[in-house]
Amino acid sequence: MDDTDRFTAFVRRAADAGHLVVQHRMGFGELHRMRAGLRAVRDADATTVGTVTLDSYTRCHDDGAALRALRERPADLNGFPLLAHGVPAVRTLLQEVASADFPVQIRHGTPLPLRLLRAMAEAGADATEGGPVSYCLPYGRVPLARAVAEWSAGCELLAARPVPPHMETFGGCMLGQLCPPSLLVALSVLEAMFFREHGLRGVSLSYAQQVHGGQDLEALAALRRLAGERLSGSAHHIVLYTFMGVFPRTGHGSRRLLADSACLAVAGGAERLVVKTPAEAHRIPTVEENVAALAYAASVAEAEAEAETTTNAGAVHGAARVIAHPPTPPAQRPDPTAYGIYEEARTLLDATLETGDTVGACLVRAFARGILDVPYCLHPDNANRARATIDARGALRWSRTGAMPVTPASTTAAAPVTAGQLTELLTFNRRRFDLREPGRLYGSAS
Amino acid sequence: MNGMISAERRLRTVVSGLSCDAHLWNLVCLRLLLEDRGHQVTNLGNTTPDAEILGACCTELPDLLVISTVNGHGRLDGLRLIRALRAVPALSGLPVVIGGKLGIEGGNGRDGRDHTELAAQLTAAGYDAVFDDAAEGGPEAGLARFDAFLSSLVPRQATFAGGRSRARAAAGPGAAA
Ligand code: B12
Repeated sequence: MDDTDRFTAFVRRAADAGHLVVQHRMGFGELHRMRAGLRAVRDADATTVGTVTLDSYTRCHDDGAALRALRERPADLNGFPLLAHGVPAVRTLLQEVASADFPVQIRHGTPLPLRLLRAMAEAGADATEGGPVSYCLPYGRVPLARAVAEWSAGCELLAARPVPPHMETFGGCMLGQLCPPSLLVALSVLEAMFFREHGLRGVSLSYAQQVHGGQDLEALAALRRLAGERLSGSAHHIVLYTFMGVFPRTGHGSRRLLADSACLAVAGGAERLVVKTPAEAHRIPTVEENVAALAYAASVAEAEAEAETTTNAGAVHGAARVIAHPPTPPAQRPDPTAYGIYEEARTLLDATLETGDTVGACLVRAFARGILDVPYCLHPDNANRARATIDARGALRWSRTGAMPVTPASTTAAAPVTAGQLTELLTFNRRRFDLREPGRLYGSAS
Repeated sequence: MNGMISAERRLRTVVSGLSCDAHLWNLVCLRLLLEDRGHQVTNLGNTTPDAEILGACCTELPDLLVISTVNGHGRLDGLRLIRALRAVPALSGLPVVIGGKLGIEGGNGRDGRDHTELAAQLTAAGYDAVFDDAAEGGPEAGLARFDAFLSSLVPRQATFAGGRSRARAAAGPGAAA
């Protein structure tokens, strides 16, 4: 077991000790700011891992622009320019801050990841993330088949390292919003299977909080079950992302959404949570804002875990539990819904895997045939016929399914067609959480 | 919100993101917004190389190019694009606007520069208007100003049939409501 990477091992130790690992996103142009940021996160009052988020130029292989920005206006970069700094400088940075008790993940967003994965491995990163679908379709116009080919080569390059880094799927996030849970679950499992197929062992599967707590609980259970069935025989964990779509603008709304995600992570059995801050709707957060968000999420999670064990150990999630965590207790614990997310995700997954021999080839064919179809995604290889809406209960549902082997619920409203209707759906959480009393908006965007 | 406009006021528009910006909900929303008002839209999508934007403008000769970017690199990439575009003789008079979250400071002016200065810089480089989310009134005010700007444009066929001059300001904001 000595080839287990530090990231996988750290999350496992934390889970065994009953702690949720909390993680931020952070990337600055200059090395010294990056180093200070990582140290502050390491010393936060929470069980944390570190993150280095790369800038858009590096993600898009515009090395010239990254280098120019680093020289002339480093404070204008929206992330860390890994290649512009070069491997030796980044290796030194990671040696200074990372350890078995503070492993560091590099988050990028690159459809063609080969040279970045090589640089990360050489610099000694403990973990990275992505996937051939989730880092391709939302991120531009690189053909899916090319992304699959480079991701295959990239995973194999990592797998050949003495200690292969941990790899997390980004498939549970697709476009951040308005992608129904069954497709998120199916894509996350498919990407994890793809990583396995190319030799990676330490993997995690992501799911991003959507618009309905009960539905998210059902989705997390489906993800855990399907992952257990398809990735048997090796370690994996589940990572929840705090809502990745249009964020509340107020401090109280942002904190309440973050608190809900921390409770969801605990109730849904996720081992790790990637948080957001109250700056989300406005600008890139500061180090202090990230540290505060981590500490807050950790405190909410600890209170939730305590309440869970004291009230009804072993009982079904969602039974009435009277707990409060300061300072913004969620109004009520949601019960998991019964929309059939597991069955729908399994159908999508099996229909995909029927189309070929390797997971990579299957993904390319399934998108070409519209068996997988991400709502609103403009990528040329996405059918873009499927649409999602929010139903009368406030849950995310299919309103059009294109050629996917699932049927839209008869009760759901028609797909939005005007800018106003789409904006209503996109801002559902923002409006819900910015209101002083949550729940008032419940069901109003049907 | 303005209603549908008459056929003579129908603009042919091109909407695009910038070369390294992956965000696309902004493009989807702007497209719908323009179509809701009766305008015609070609959406070039996200991570669009400068050359592709210039190429589309040269072939389509639209009445308006709308650049939308939110990843925070709009200042740098928006300047690069407009300089290249204004250097093309056929496009020197094309109405071009840019909007979104243009810098990474969210209007905080962390290092002393703020959105007013940024808007001035972008306009000086050749944009006809700048709609920065960080400006007074936030994104909603920006969209309202954009609506007024749209009403001030008339399609080029309505001015000189087949001509290449800049679409001319008509009766002022709100005239098409
Ligand atoms: C969803 C999302 C994502 C998704 C995008 C999926 C996709 N392909 O679209 C994912 C997860 C992939 C993503 C990735 C990244 N993101 Co992002 N993302 C968001 C988020 C949460 C919502 C954006 C959204 O969908 N809005 C919905 C649309 C409809 O609204 P809008 O974008 O605000 O656009 C409106 C206005 O801006 C205005 N507008 C925009 N353009 C124009 C143009 C004109 C002419 C006019 C009049 C108006 C106008 O009208 C639009 C329509 O209403 C925002 C934060 C937020 N807003 O809550 C961050 C945010 C935009 N992302 C951000 C960043 C930095 C990134 C990354 C670089 C990663 C990183 N370093 O953190 C990468 C991008 C990589 C790249 N190559 O560009 C930052 C930008 C910071 C800044 N500008 O200061 C934000 C603000 C988050 C943050 N606080 O850090 N992101």
